[in-house]
Amino acid sequence: MNELEHPTGDPYGAKDGKDLISGITVFPMEPHVPRKSDIDPKAAIRAERQVATMFGLSSLMILLFIVAYIKVPADLLITIPVIGTLNANHLAIGFTFGMAILLIGLGAIHWAKKLMPDEEVIQERHALTSTNEERVAVQSSLQRGAAESGFKERKIIRRSLLGALALFPVPLIVLLRDLGPLPGTRLRETIWDEGIHLVTDATYKKIKASDIPLGGLINAVPENLLEIEHEEETLNQRGKASIIIVRMDPADIVSQQGEAWDYQGVLAFSKICTHLGCPTSLYQQRTHHLLCPCHQSTFDLSDSGNVVFGPAARRMPQLAITVDAEGYLVAQSGFNEPVGPSFWERG
Amino acid sequence: MSTTEESIQAPAHAAPTTKGGAVGYYIDDRLASANFTKRLVDKVFPDHWSFMLGEVALYSFIILLLSGTYLTLFFNPSMTEVIYNGSYVPLKGVKMSEAYSSTLAISFDVRGGLLMRQIHHWAALFFTAAVSVHLLRVFFTGAFRKPREINWVIGTLLLVLALLEGFSGYSLPDDLLSGTGLRIAQGIIQAIPLVGTYVAMFLFGGEFPGTDIMPRLYSIHILLIPGILLALITVHLIMVFYQKHTQFPGPGRTESNVVGFRLFPIYMAKAGGFFFVVFGITVLIAALVTINPVWLYGPYTPSQVTAGSQPDWYIGWLDGAVRLMPNLESVVFGYTLSWNILVPALVIPGIMFTALGLYPWIEAWATGDRREHHLLDRPRNAPTRTGLGVMALTFYMILVISGGNDIIASAFNLSINQITWGFRFLLFILPPLAFVLTKRICLGLQRRDNNKLLHGYETGRILRLPSGEFIEIHEPIGEAEKAKLLAKADVVPMALPSAVDENGVRNPKAAKSIARAKLSQWFYSDVIPTPTDEEMRAAAEHAAHELHEAESHLKEISQH
Ligand code: HEM
Ligand code: FES
Repeated sequence: MNELEHPTGDPYGAKDGKDLISGITVFPMEPHVPRKSDIDPKAAIRAERQVATMFGLSSLMILLFIVAYIKVPADLLITIPVIGTLNANHLAIGFTFGMAILLIGLGAIHWAKKLMPDEEVIQERHALTSTNEERVAVQSSLQRGAAESGFKERKIIRRSLLGALALFPVPLIVLLRDLGPLPGTRLRETIWDEGIHLVTDATYKKIKASDIPLGGLINAVPENLLEIEHEEETLNQRGKASIIIVRMDPADIVSQQGEAWDYQGVLAFSKICTHLGCPTSLYQQRTHHLLCPCHQSTFDLSDSGNVVFGPAARRMPQLAITVDAEGYLVAQSGFNEPVGPSFWERG
Repeated sequence: MSTTEESIQAPAHAAPTTKGGAVGYYIDDRLASANFTKRLVDKVFPDHWSFMLGEVALYSFIILLLSGTYLTLFFNPSMTEVIYNGSYVPLKGVKMSEAYSSTLAISFDVRGGLLMRQIHHWAALFFTAAVSVHLLRVFFTGAFRKPREINWVIGTLLLVLALLEGFSGYSLPDDLLSGTGLRIAQGIIQAIPLVGTYVAMFLFGGEFPGTDIMPRLYSIHILLIPGILLALITVHLIMVFYQKHTQFPGPGRTESNVVGFRLFPIYMAKAGGFFFVVFGITVLIAALVTINPVWLYGPYTPSQVTAGSQPDWYIGWLDGAVRLMPNLESVVFGYTLSWNILVPALVIPGIMFTALGLYPWIEAWATGDRREHHLLDRPRNAPTRTGLGVMALTFYMILVISGGNDIIASAFNLSINQITWGFRFLLFILPPLAFVLTKRICLGLQRRDNNKLLHGYETGRILRLPSGEFIEIHEPIGEAEKAKLLAKADVVPMALPSAVDENGVRNPKAAKSIARAKLSQWFYSDVIPTPTDEEMRAAAEHAAHELHEAESHLKEISQH
């Protein structure tokens, strides 16, 4: 059933039984085997009914969808074995809508497979290159255009135009300047400073050493965070200043980042992972290891917060702490090094 | 130009005979579209299940456009803090961004909103999966070869854009999980040498998280990337249409024809029906299987995190690479180079995508093959390419699995340390092993094909020859099978040029062509030629003779 006779005179574009281009052996197409629905009118009618049934059921599903949308309460939960608990309205409208769409698709494919002709046809490919004459013609047209424009000879025009075109995107880039501030020293600073109280995250209560059980961990922030967050209306400071406080037997402390930066075995560290900035969360009191859930960097808090495992390259910065006159934990000073992930200018 | 007047005269037309014809004539009177329409309607498409993978990608993309547009009607990409007061009780009174609270509203207070969210997320997973598997089919069958290299590059760009589109969308709800992903992305950007901190500040409008990132990601997610995707997909499909689809070898199929079904009506009914099937299945899965239940994660805050957090599947390999990388960092002249971040997050993906995009030219350079190819390779018949593909896939899979190293560690009760070191070694050991093994399997399959051509397939019936020898009866294979097995184009590795010219002087330019010829010989090493016609004839005669002998022997036995 070829559409076009091939120039070689062979219906498949072969010569001596071999493909002209690849040289592989070409076999003739196999004779068409009729389907049941091609020869048996009953089978054809059956197929027709099946297709129409699917399309009909699809319409029915749309009606059911509208009923479900209106009638099934939006706050009803139902539990289905294996699948779990779902919102009933969601399930009902999703099921009816999905089935309606699926049935249209199945009907169309069934129709194509059973009732439309299934005999394959041959079509020639056309060449994907132009003829030599065409190539020469386009080349001379282009050359004519170039010559008429004088682009090649008129050097001053050419150069000044190229210069202008090179500069024209500059404003588009300059205009991006106000997307954000320059980095400045932002990444090096937190709002921690001398005398600032450590308060619990979420409840903002001052903390005494005795509030922390031996081996325990508390998430904390600087007491001025709430005020600053209110002013700035961002979570930026929280993203840098969040800390964890742990308490261990002073005898377990192998080393610290500064002399006497603890208070009787209470140590404060940045909570922000030095790898890519996730908040660290898992603390193992027996080993004093702090683990980041994102890529499992592990820091030894009894040994200067050094990295013991994982992709983080730098230790967890320690915050020097002491207590005020009433025994509440306060910072001795701000952090001594930038917290959070590395950056090019960090040094 | 005296001919102008004549040529603008419309040719005389007969009146249309049907209503549809009238519409067609109306359009043709304005666009002269008859010719094009006829070619379109009669166009032949070859049929194979693996050609539907690209279609799944296309249909998922359409579903994404539809469901995404619905979501924009209710979603609010703002980071302004509000106190939640919707109908999801566990979060009542919690402070959160408008982005998160509007996502909760879509999930709980808009009827069908949750369904649309779930359709959108599932379709995104299917889209990325279909694009990836479609890429594999194009690779392993050699469909990327001349003249389709340009479409391969467009495909690579589509893949990268699909990943970016997925990541930007995943971040929009501003829940605890997606915010953590965004934090990691920001950390990666800020580690880029020279410009990193500037890019991060400009992208986020300051420090992380700031208040600008959601609106900006929103325009990227709903306008910028989908626009580029749509444009590239259009070009991609026009190229498939114009260059015509490749086909697998078989009876009647050659390099210069297409054997299949016409667009109208069969392909249209099948492909159109298949769109509804993909759409319907997506909706049913969205109705039944919950994905990304953001209400369980809570709103994002930079000081909290959920344990065992995993990104969507298509980001998993990057997560795995970041986890496997040893913690190297150096400070050079006061500047920090974070190898632990740059290598897995930028260098490796950069190399992988560049190599992927350039592969058609790399292979053509190595093989010296400049021919057009419209008949697909069976993967076994290109053992080196198939080996390279499986090698890359193995590398990728180890990265994906490493992205769950914490889960594997707790499941198998191993330390995360052991697991990570194990994967670090496997990342270098398994891919070359996979290459060697795949190549051997391919060659084995080729030998089996040749065996089938020479001796037919085994019937399982055993006969005893007069000599006492047992033979198994082989039946010759059918013509269709033969056409498939014989469609292995002969390959000719480049000849080694001599290192000296005809005067015996060393040719300095020869070194490059020698290297190239060696590469070509490596690529085509272990070529197993298909049996020649004579060999097949001889084998057939031999088999007929054996069978004849055995049969006459049998007859003898039954006569006694
Ligand atoms: C946005 C995602 C994509 C869509 C919607 C898409 C769609 C399609 C469709 C419908 C076809 C024709 C059917 C088929 O061969 O499966 C096709 C062909 C093709 N695609 Fe894609 N595709 C996508 C991504 C890719 C990728 C990632 C690659 C490779 C890097 C790629 C490379 C190709 C090539 C080379 C062809 C021609 C194949 C042939 O004629 O045999 N595409 N695409
Ligand atoms: S962010 Fe903590 S390990 Fe990567």
